[in-house]
Amino acid sequence: MLRASLREVSGASPPGEPPRRGEGAPRSGVAAAAGRARKVSAALKEGHVTPTELCQRCLSLIKSTKFLNAYITVAEETALKQAEESEKRYRRGQPLSVLDGIPIAVKDNFNTAGIETTCASNMLKGYISPYNATVVQKLLDQGAVLLGKTNLDEFAMGSGSTDGVFGPVRNPWSYSRQYKEKSVPKSHSEDGESNWVITGGSSGGSAAAVSSFTCFAALGSDTGGSTRNPAAHCGVVGLKPTYGLISRHGLIPLVNSMDVPGILTRCVDDAAVVLGSLAGHDPKDSTTVQDNFKPFELPNLTDVSKLSIGIPKEYHAPGLSSEILALWSKAADLFKNAGAKVIEVSLPHTRYSIVCYHVLCAAEVASNMARFDGLEYGHRSDMNKSTESMYAATRREGFNDVVRGRILSGNYFLLKQNYENYFIKAQKVRRLIANDFVKVFGSGVDILLTPTTLSDAVPYMEFIKEDNRTRSAQDDILTQAANMAGLPAINVPTGLSERGLPLGLQFIGQSFQEKQLLTVAKWFEKQVKFPVIQLEVKRHDHGAFQHQKSASFS
Amino acid sequence: MDKVLFLFQNTVLNRRCVEAAVMTGLALNCSINKKSLFDRKHYFYADLPAGYQITQQRVPIAVNGSLSYSLCIDNKMSQMVTKTVRIKQIQLEQDSGKSLHDDTRSQTLVDLNRAGVGLMEVVMEPDMCCGEEAAAAVRELQLILQTLGSSQAVMAEGQLRVDANVSVHHPGEPYGVRTEVKNINSIRFLAKAVDYEIQRQIEELENGGTILNETRAFDSKLGCTVPMRDKEGKQDYRFMPEPNLPPLILYDAKSLPANLNHQQVVNIDWIHERLPDLPSVKRAKLVEQYGILPEHSFTLLNEDGLTEFFENVVKQTQMKPKKVIGWILKDLLSYLKQHSLTVKESPVSSFLLADLLNLLEKKEISSTAAKQVLAELWKGEEKTPLEIVKEKKLELIQDQKELEQICQAVIDGQENEVMAIKAGNRKVLNKLIGLVQRETQGRSNPVLVKQLLEKKLSQ
Repeated sequence: MLRASLREVSGASPPGEPPRRGEGAPRSGVAAAAGRARKVSAALKEGHVTPTELCQRCLSLIKSTKFLNAYITVAEETALKQAEESEKRYRRGQPLSVLDGIPIAVKDNFNTAGIETTCASNMLKGYISPYNATVVQKLLDQGAVLLGKTNLDEFAMGSGSTDGVFGPVRNPWSYSRQYKEKSVPKSHSEDGESNWVITGGSSGGSAAAVSSFTCFAALGSDTGGSTRNPAAHCGVVGLKPTYGLISRHGLIPLVNSMDVPGILTRCVDDAAVVLGSLAGHDPKDSTTVQDNFKPFELPNLTDVSKLSIGIPKEYHAPGLSSEILALWSKAADLFKNAGAKVIEVSLPHTRYSIVCYHVLCAAEVASNMARFDGLEYGHRSDMNKSTESMYAATRREGFNDVVRGRILSGNYFLLKQNYENYFIKAQKVRRLIANDFVKVFGSGVDILLTPTTLSDAVPYMEFIKEDNRTRSAQDDILTQAANMAGLPAINVPTGLSERGLPLGLQFIGQSFQEKQLLTVAKWFEKQVKFPVIQLEVKRHDHGAFQHQKSASFS
Repeated sequence: MDKVLFLFQNTVLNRRCVEAAVMTGLALNCSINKKSLFDRKHYFYADLPAGYQITQQRVPIAVNGSLSYSLCIDNKMSQMVTKTVRIKQIQLEQDSGKSLHDDTRSQTLVDLNRAGVGLMEVVMEPDMCCGEEAAAAVRELQLILQTLGSSQAVMAEGQLRVDANVSVHHPGEPYGVRTEVKNINSIRFLAKAVDYEIQRQIEELENGGTILNETRAFDSKLGCTVPMRDKEGKQDYRFMPEPNLPPLILYDAKSLPANLNHQQVVNIDWIHERLPDLPSVKRAKLVEQYGILPEHSFTLLNEDGLTEFFENVVKQTQMKPKKVIGWILKDLLSYLKQHSLTVKESPVSSFLLADLLNLLEKKEISSTAAKQVLAELWKGEEKTPLEIVKEKKLELIQDQKELEQICQAVIDGQENEVMAIKAGNRKVLNKLIGLVQRETQGRSNPVLVKQLLEKKLSQ
């Protein structure tokens, strides 16, 4: 597997000298960008590359990959300032942490002070938050450089990152050599304009940003799979932590009882680093646990003989592609052959989780969206006949169909006469789903291994043939239950499909056992050696000439 | 604007609010629920920025208490009767913002400064029968809250808000349809609003009408209740558990886990041990300690700062508290009321009053003279009582010889009266005393004068 090593990072120029501008420089800068956060961190420390250079390269890459539509807002000025500050610290020999100077991106449903937060909705266009979400603040406190806010489905509702007001996000793999080699172009367009594939969602912008090397890590959110699903489709690591481990303060809520901030990186190790900087009790979030969290370094597991891997049979869901089924099976064999115990288990209530999720999600959405009345901030309709008519018009204009649909259903479920039959019932079923996991883990299973998605990423044109609700129902099926039960889960890119697109597998762990989960995931990642994306992107030079050059990143 | 933009933040429970609710629950003899829950109550209104209010609909923090209050019969403070109103529950909830309706411009302004602030709602059972009872009960609640420190409970400042639910029924029949009366800004208005509403409902029913289950506002200028606009008919609040606030767990000495101390959790027993004396206890103590009447203790507690003032005077004077109380309740308080002053604003400090009472007690001045001095002291001219006495020549004549001479002079000048007295009509003696007083311009001690006159007359 080709991964940027320290050597490659410093290859283009002698140590101590800044990389020269021109042909050679992009290669080294990008190679640096392709590396792991830890390695880059080491490079920053040694002075082989500076935070400012790193930041500039990433910003330049963002510009070159603009067509992916991964970013809603690029905070160029503030990012460069942050990079400058980081550089000063490195020169003094006092970096704040491993993440000092590392460029990151944040999904646009996290509050960021002074930077617009839109949730990809008209309702919040122009909203500039006065405060940072706790997780954003923590990253900034560690010296991370915030490049910008990434695109998503409106208010994080969707599984394609196609339903936001800023348009859909394109999967970087649509422009990879791997995909192009395997695809039969329907029209004669060089860069696959018509058959680009989706990123999955709703954290598609973040997944695409990480996948296309524009940042080292990105924050997403995960309510029903919104971090893991796009991670699988974009070939990156997507971690959903245990509910209550990471603060949700400042994350605009979708389903308060299921939302968690998600972490997207290019390798499991980086995910552990980011997790370490984010986890822990937050007095501003009453749902975070009080226990002290100790950041950990992932051991390099060599002996898996003491491990017990569970394969839940219900995850052999209808619609699961044969490719994924085969990959799943191969993965199970991998563990078996390495000496681990691999057993089939049952989570009998799995099939109810989607319906249960829809009821609870809609109810919470209806409640959480009640604050958008146009009075205090954001969009307000011109309708002013009465307060009620103004509310109604504002909300019709400000929300897309998906959001409005969930609000209407949610309010229906919460009506006095329906509450018992829908909301309470769903909560009871939720308890059963959670108990399924408790039983299985209680029987000696350490980790569960399942697919993350039903298939590889579908082309956009095909995806939009079905409506959001149908798609979500289909796509959430494998990821959703972990949110119901509050368990940690991670997508690890495993292999490529026949179409040359990423396929990932999911590990589900026990509550607050992230260390074990990530250790196993790291071992697995090492075994499968997922290929690096060979992104083919036109570079556009700004200036008098319009040079069109193809540079391949590897 | 910034306050609004922070509204994406999830609500966190304020510890002080919980403690205040527990203290109040204990003071009102409630059972404190060791586990209580939070819910969202949804409705759209301009002063509710989140579109829902966090409250405790399923399981509130305290239930089943009682509040005892006293009422005076016939407007005299001499006969007091104790009544009790049951407390249904106390719940924690969030405040909304404040709507200010500008009818002239057909617009409503919304002040969001208090939105989200913690509130404690005390729900009473319908055990009160008239405005006076409601007022007395609320007054007692107010005193309790102020004593506990849970709230300053000043109604005019909105720190204590009272909504009255009123219904009427014939004796023996079930309770009638109730209306809710809001916009009551003082205890006095509470009594008025309740009494008006009772009357209105009675008249309505006697005229064959029906009472609507509606919300009415009290118009203090007109002294009546009017239907409130903007409130729809029946609303479905779509209650849902508040997902961001886990159940509130309170501990007592028995259930407190070994590894937690009282600073990390709310310990009901710890709070109970530290409850200050409630008003009823304070009153009883005042009566016992100072020998004053129960109704006196009510007045003392009712006026902010008066008890302290009284006790300070008592400390600084030899005069018995039983006598001091008269000066406090009659002279001091009536003056303050006349001039709409609070005890804190009194131009006469407890020190000055004590000084004055000492002069009286030492018999250096008469009580008439004392009242004159007090009148001067009200002017707040920074003169001591002694200075005023000297200035106005109000000292009692201490020279016995001088007094004897004057008494003799009076006796000599009132032959008829002397004869009447000697004949057995003792009442005429008072006239002689009065004459001596006039001669001395009030500067004679009437008791001493009486003694001297009697002595002379018996000679």
